[in-house]
Amino acid sequence: MIIGVPAETYAGERRVALTPETAGRIAALGHSLLLESGAGESADLADSAYTEAGVEIAPDAAAVYSRAELILKVRAPSEAEVEHLRNGQIVVSFLWPAQNPELLKSLSAKGVTALAMDSVPRISRAQKLDALSSMANIGGYRAVVEAANQFGRFFTGQVTAAGKVPPAKVLVIGAGVAGLAAIGAARGMGAVVRAFDTRPEVAEQVTSMGGEFLMLEFDDADGSGEGGYAKTMSDEFIAAEMALFREQAKEVDIVITTALIPGKPAPELWTTDMVESMKPGSVIVDLAAEQGGNCKLTKVNEITEHNGVRIVGYTDLPSRMAAQSSQLYGTNLRHLLTDLTPEKDGVVNVNMDDEVIRGATVVKDGEITWPPPAPRLSAAPPKPAVAPTPTPDLAKAAEEARPGSPIVPMVIGAVALLALGRVAPPEFMSHVTVFVLACFIGYQVVWAVTPALHTPLMSVTNAISGIIVVGALLQVSASSGFVVFLAAIAVLIASINIAGGFLVTQRMLKMFRK
Amino acid sequence: MINSGMVTAAYIAAAILFILSLAGLSKQETARQGNVFGIAGMAIAIIATILGPGVTSYGVLIVMVVIGGAIGATLAKRVEMTQMPELVAILHSFVGLAAVLVGFASYLDPDTVYLGTDRAIHDVEIYLGILIGALTFTGSVVAFGKLSGKIGSQPLILPSRHLLNIGIGVACLIMLFIFVGAAPDGDLAAQEAAMQAGDTGKGLGTFLLVVMTLLAFAFGVHMVMAIGGADMPVVISMLNSYSGWAAAATGFMLSNHLLIVVGALVGSSGAILSYIMCRAMNRKFLSVIMGGWGDAASTSGGGSGGADEPQGEAVPISADEVAELCRDADSVVIVPGYGMAVAHAQHPVSELVQKLKGAGKNVRFAIHPVAGRMPGHMNVLLAEANVPYDLVLEMDEINDDLADTDVVIVIGANDIVNPSAMDNPDSPIAGMPVLEVWNARTVVVSKRSMATGYAGVDNPLFVRENTRMLFGDAKDSVQGVLQGL
Repeated sequence: MIIGVPAETYAGERRVALTPETAGRIAALGHSLLLESGAGESADLADSAYTEAGVEIAPDAAAVYSRAELILKVRAPSEAEVEHLRNGQIVVSFLWPAQNPELLKSLSAKGVTALAMDSVPRISRAQKLDALSSMANIGGYRAVVEAANQFGRFFTGQVTAAGKVPPAKVLVIGAGVAGLAAIGAARGMGAVVRAFDTRPEVAEQVTSMGGEFLMLEFDDADGSGEGGYAKTMSDEFIAAEMALFREQAKEVDIVITTALIPGKPAPELWTTDMVESMKPGSVIVDLAAEQGGNCKLTKVNEITEHNGVRIVGYTDLPSRMAAQSSQLYGTNLRHLLTDLTPEKDGVVNVNMDDEVIRGATVVKDGEITWPPPAPRLSAAPPKPAVAPTPTPDLAKAAEEARPGSPIVPMVIGAVALLALGRVAPPEFMSHVTVFVLACFIGYQVVWAVTPALHTPLMSVTNAISGIIVVGALLQVSASSGFVVFLAAIAVLIASINIAGGFLVTQRMLKMFRK
Repeated sequence: MINSGMVTAAYIAAAILFILSLAGLSKQETARQGNVFGIAGMAIAIIATILGPGVTSYGVLIVMVVIGGAIGATLAKRVEMTQMPELVAILHSFVGLAAVLVGFASYLDPDTVYLGTDRAIHDVEIYLGILIGALTFTGSVVAFGKLSGKIGSQPLILPSRHLLNIGIGVACLIMLFIFVGAAPDGDLAAQEAAMQAGDTGKGLGTFLLVVMTLLAFAFGVHMVMAIGGADMPVVISMLNSYSGWAAAATGFMLSNHLLIVVGALVGSSGAILSYIMCRAMNRKFLSVIMGGWGDAASTSGGGSGGADEPQGEAVPISADEVAELCRDADSVVIVPGYGMAVAHAQHPVSELVQKLKGAGKNVRFAIHPVAGRMPGHMNVLLAEANVPYDLVLEMDEINDDLADTDVVIVIGANDIVNPSAMDNPDSPIAGMPVLEVWNARTVVVSKRSMATGYAGVDNPLFVRENTRMLFGDAKDSVQGVLQGL
């Protein structure tokens, strides 16, 4: 298949969707490549480097669009670019389907298939094509570089002949990929780094990057939402959070905010009074500027100054490191193409049964397929606090796992029960009632058992099947000596079973620890 | 003393506690609580029964319970975690034997008198209870023997074994009809008169019951003998299920609802576990029970000759070199198998993990659902060795990550990491989900020799380019690696 890469037309966009390195790997999948002349220039990639990697250079964008069957891009196609597309073409780029319903409609009108790199599901297998993470990583790093650029002092504390320099204090709000990258970069430059996040489980990651995690003394402070992203928090929580920030505002020199909630405007976390309480010369970098900003004073794509505090609102941080981001984004695209070309024969198969491809595909042959069905696995380990959400999924998975159609056995069962009811005495039927109901309870209760607990479960069920001792106990007082003898032995061995089963389970469970 | 209404109330409480117990056991967080519920339920049931009407021989009873409890407690304290499967198997056999004894006692008890349809139903219940109990008993004993190495683990395939099984089944069925018909003839009055005269018609019945019990014993032995070692997790959970059904049948015969409820709970729980195990091996339950492994292995062994032999040569590696590999790796995944249990290597493995984690490496465990000889066997061993359970991942959780892993260390596992399950449709284990360890950068396999696993299938993994064989006892090997670090 011919894969075309036009130059980006968005103002200030310097990235490119193909690098000479990824070109070689994509060609190995059996594809041929076509690049608009000069597309890589702003990312310091000359046409000649591409030619060496076997890429054909097209004179202009029109030539790329008319010949290519699959288009790779960075930014979502503009109106003019959509006009170039034709029926049956595949286009892969960032699309932001939730924010751009109009774009989806026009893509669907064109009859194309569109894959959104921002819609790749967050599951382990799809990590290698998670372009959002690779861009966020760059954004976090660059945020520190921009902050250093605006900041009038060293990051590292030094004692020199000319006097003592205290280290810069950096506060990172939101310890997602961007936040963690910022922590790492700021630590690398020698600053004292603190970080805050509503999800307590990221504390370990923050510490591993060398940052200090600011804890909030608060009950039920778990902000993990679906898919490893944060969720909106309660009022009390926000009040406690704000108090913490106000305290920090007086101390820190640099604030980097990265707090985003998917599909919602960015939460306002750094209020005007916090900005005003910061020392003059401090810097705020607002990575959420595009979604409205975590600070009200942020102006998109500008540096503003308020009370001597500089607020950086750049939204093009990855593009400012075009060579790096093109390389990472290109690699993400290459991984996607590898998944799309399973046979490595140059034939692209948009396989809607593949969870990853299904998630990324927002328009398929002119039909809007967004939003995809919810992913089955969440990126974070399921927490007890969010148990109500996964339960229906589990039940559903169990439903799917049960073999065959339930109708036939059900009918057979009903008929058999009826036949039995005709001849059996009522007392027997009441036993059957109890029996059948208990079977169902057992079925429902045991189905969701975690594999790690199979052995303890078995030894407990084994112990409780020692309940047969009750039968023997009743017989021990019989009048016939032989019956008493049989029953006594039964009591003995059932007791071994009960004591042994429960105690060994106890012993096993004691060993399980987190 | 309490009356029978109060006993029933206590039974309801006990039944609810048992249900809560099973529910608790399905999650790590609530598992201990679940066990406590189970103990509480059992205590309530036993105390209520003893205090209830109809129980008078306290002497015998208390002596027996105390002796039995003491034996059980000692067993539970002494058993090593590697011997867990044997213990579970032998405990199952106790339930089976108890069901047989209770069944006989119930039949021979002259105090209980049933007439007409009630008697027929009661007889059927006794018959079935003893049947299930008997085959659970010998089946479990044989499983115990196989697991503890007292009996060879190879499947024993008798000629025309299916016919034999059917024969036993039919014989049992015919005897059931004769057995039910063995009651004195005539109308109810005549029956009553006959009973008062001392002719209970139980002579023939007892004989039939004994014959059937012996047949069921034989059936239990034969059934488990025919199943290979690799299918043991299924067998254990199946016997677990049977022991439940035996208890339920006993409940029917004694008209005791608590026994019915508990038996049904245990029975269905065991059945579900068996189903989960079968699915993990991509096998049909029936073919496991019929000893299908034997079939498949013999065709591949006989028909293929050299054609299916893996091509290439295994590359051995020393423990020091493995240590070197680990030092250079960022991520390490350990795949334990039955071999780890046999060699008691879980403690050194745990130490290895702590050392690697201390060096900042990403170390995790990948557990195949049927690794070991019992469902969840590996988890128990690792827990014993203090491995935190969040490091221990299931096959589905980790399979996709294996491709990005630097070093995979396979310790005493074979069939669960066999690539021919995926790419050789003729393989007896074709279609069984396996851990795709060969996608990692390097695979180290710790094994005593190149011998095949329980499935009797050659493993092409051992001769892959990125595989290194660390020959020797698993424990010694891991300790060697530890020293090398």
